Amino acid sequence: MANTIIKFNGVEKRYGDTVSLKKIDFELEQGKFYTLLGPSGCGKTTILRILAGFTDASAGTVTFKGKRINDLPANQRKINTVFQDYALFPHLNVYDNVAFGLVLKKTTKTVIKQKVSEALRLVRLSGYAEREINELSGGQQQRVAIARAIVNEPEVLLLDEPLSALDAKLRTAMQVELRQLQQRLGITFLFVTHDQGEALAMSDEIFVMNNGEILQQGSPVAIYDEPINHFVANFIGESNIVKGKMVADHQVEFVHQCFECVDAGMRPNEPVEVVLRPEDLDLTSVDQGNLVVTVDTQVFRGSIYGIMSHDHAGNHWLIHSVHQSTVGRQVGIYFEPEDIHVMRYGESEAEFDARLEQYEGEADEKI
Amino acid sequence: MKKYSAFYGVPYIIWLILFVIAPLVLIAYQSFFTIGGQMSWANYQTYFHSGTYLRMTLNSIWYAFVITLLTLVISYPTAYILNQTRHKQLWLLLIILPTWINLLLKAYAFIGIFSQNGAINHFLRFIGIGPQQLLFTNTSFVLVAAYIEIPFMILPIFNAIAELNPSLINASRDLGATNWQTFSKVIFPLTLNGVKTGIQTVFIPSLSLFMLTRLIGGNKVITLGTAIEQHFLVTQNWGMGSTIGVVLILAMVLIMFVTGERRKRGGDK
Repeated sequence: MANTIIKFNGVEKRYGDTVSLKKIDFELEQGKFYTLLGPSGCGKTTILRILAGFTDASAGTVTFKGKRINDLPANQRKINTVFQDYALFPHLNVYDNVAFGLVLKKTTKTVIKQKVSEALRLVRLSGYAEREINELSGGQQQRVAIARAIVNEPEVLLLDEPLSALDAKLRTAMQVELRQLQQRLGITFLFVTHDQGEALAMSDEIFVMNNGEILQQGSPVAIYDEPINHFVANFIGESNIVKGKMVADHQVEFVHQCFECVDAGMRPNEPVEVVLRPEDLDLTSVDQGNLVVTVDTQVFRGSIYGIMSHDHAGNHWLIHSVHQSTVGRQVGIYFEPEDIHVMRYGESEAEFDARLEQYEGEADEKI
Repeated sequence: MKKYSAFYGVPYIIWLILFVIAPLVLIAYQSFFTIGGQMSWANYQTYFHSGTYLRMTLNSIWYAFVITLLTLVISYPTAYILNQTRHKQLWLLLIILPTWINLLLKAYAFIGIFSQNGAINHFLRFIGIGPQQLLFTNTSFVLVAAYIEIPFMILPIFNAIAELNPSLINASRDLGATNWQTFSKVIFPLTLNGVKTGIQTVFIPSLSLFMLTRLIGGNKVITLGTAIEQHFLVTQNWGMGSTIGVVLILAMVLIMFVTGERRKRGGDK
C-alpha cells in the first residue's frame, strides 16, 4: 500500500508471564477511520498505548511512515490521543488546555489564538474558551479533549473509548460528529471501543480482537456478513449459531435438514457452525417455513419485536420481526441461501480469505 | 436525623470552647495588662517600638523560612520518588515512624550525635579533619528542626502526588511536553495544594520553636517562642508574653490566608 502510515510487525506485549498481545500485524492507511473492537482486556488499549508511546512493545517493530518508532518518546511522535477519562488539565481553563501543545512548540500567541478558536469551532465549542474544566458537562469535556488533540495537527489520532462515559443519545450524536470530523480533517483515526454498534457506525475498517489477537479485519459490512468464527459472530451484532455439517459445496445440513447455501471449499461432511442473523429470519406459516419453531418469549424493542423461539432439536432462534407473534404458537421461519453463513472451526483469517478467493474463482470459471 | 447529628457534635463543640476559643480569649485579654496590672496598649507599644522584639520577630520568620525551604527541597523529591516505588506505603510508614518518638528524646539524641564526643566528631577525627563545634550552632538548629518537620511536609505532598491522575501525565507527554515541562506545567501545579498544606504545617510551628533553640541551638537564636517562654516562666510578665502570643497568632492567620485556597480553580480532580 502506497500510503501506509502505521505498520505493526509481530508486535508482542508481555507483563512477566502473562502475554497481553500475541504477534500483532497490521497496517493503517492514511486518512481512514479504523476501529479496534473487542471485550475489555483483549489488548486493544495496549495497542493504543504502544502506538502513543506510553508503553514499550516487548517484541516486534512499530513503524510510522516507514520509520521505526519503537524507541521514539511519546512527546516526539506526531500522534495525539483522546483519553478515556479525557485527562483534561483541571488547573487550566478550556483555552489553556487546547493551547497546551502549541505553547510547548513555542508557537506565537496570535497563531495559537487563531488555531485554538478554529479547533474549538470544529468541535462546536466556540465561546467556551474561558470556561473552567469542572464547569463543563461530560460531552463538552469530551469535545475539549478532541480539540486539544487535533489542534496539534497530528497525522494519527488515537481515541481510547472516548464515548463510553456519555449517555446513549449523546453517544450516538458524537459518533456522527466524530465521523464527520475525521472526514473533514482527513487524518487517520484509530478508535478503540468495546461497543460493536459504535464500531459498525463509524469505521472504514474494523479489527476484531480477543485475548491479545486480531481475529478478523475488514469493513463493517464484511465483518457483519461474514464473521470468521463463533466469537466474532457473537460479538458483532446478534446471531443464531447452530452446529451443522457441510455435506458438499453449497450444501449444508443443520437441524437434520439440508439447505442450499453460498459457501464452499470445505471437506465433504466437515463439521461447521452456521450463522443466521435474526433480521434475516422471516416469520411465516408452518408449511412455508424452512424450519418450524415454537415461540418462547417476545420482547417489544420499539421498531421491531425480538422473538425467542426453539426448534424440535432444542436450538434457540432469535427472530427480529416487525410483526408480532403469540407466545406458545408454532411458526415457520424462512431464509434465503445467501442468509446462511458457514464458519469452519479454527479457521484463521488468512485461510478464510484464501478459501473465499479459491471458490469464488471456481464460480467465475463456470460462468 | 438533624437532631442526632447536632448531638454528636457536642464533644467537638465543648473541646473547641474549652481548648481553642477560651485560651485565645484569655491570651487576648492578658495581652492588655502591663506587669503592674493596668489595662492599656502599653505591651503592644513596647513590642512595636522595641528593636529587640522586632529583631526577634524577623529572626523567627527568617529561621522558620529557612527551615520550611530546606524541608520542602528535601520533601518534594522524596515524596515523588516514594510514589514511584513498589511498596510505597511501607516506605511512607518508615518516614513517618520517627514522629512517634517524643520530640524531647529526639533532641537529646541529637545532642549525643553532635557533641564533642559524638558520632559525627568521631568520624571527623577519623578522616583527619578533627573535631568541630557542631552543637549549639545555627546550622545544627536548622538541620534538626528540618529533620523533625520533614514527615509533616512529605505526607501532604505524598498524598497530592498519589491522587494525581496518571493519564494527565500521559496527556502532557502526548501533547509534546518533555519530562521537565510535564513536571513544571502539570505535576507541580496540581500538587501545589499538598505543598501549601505542608508549608502551613511546617512554617507555623517553626515560628515558635523554643526547645530546639535552647537544646540544639544553644539559645543563640532567640525566637518568639523563646521570648514567650521566658516571659511566662522567668520574668513573669504574662501580659508581654500574651502580646507576643497574639502577634504569633496573627502571623499564623496571615500564613493561612496566603497559602490558602483563594481561587475557585482547584487542583483536586
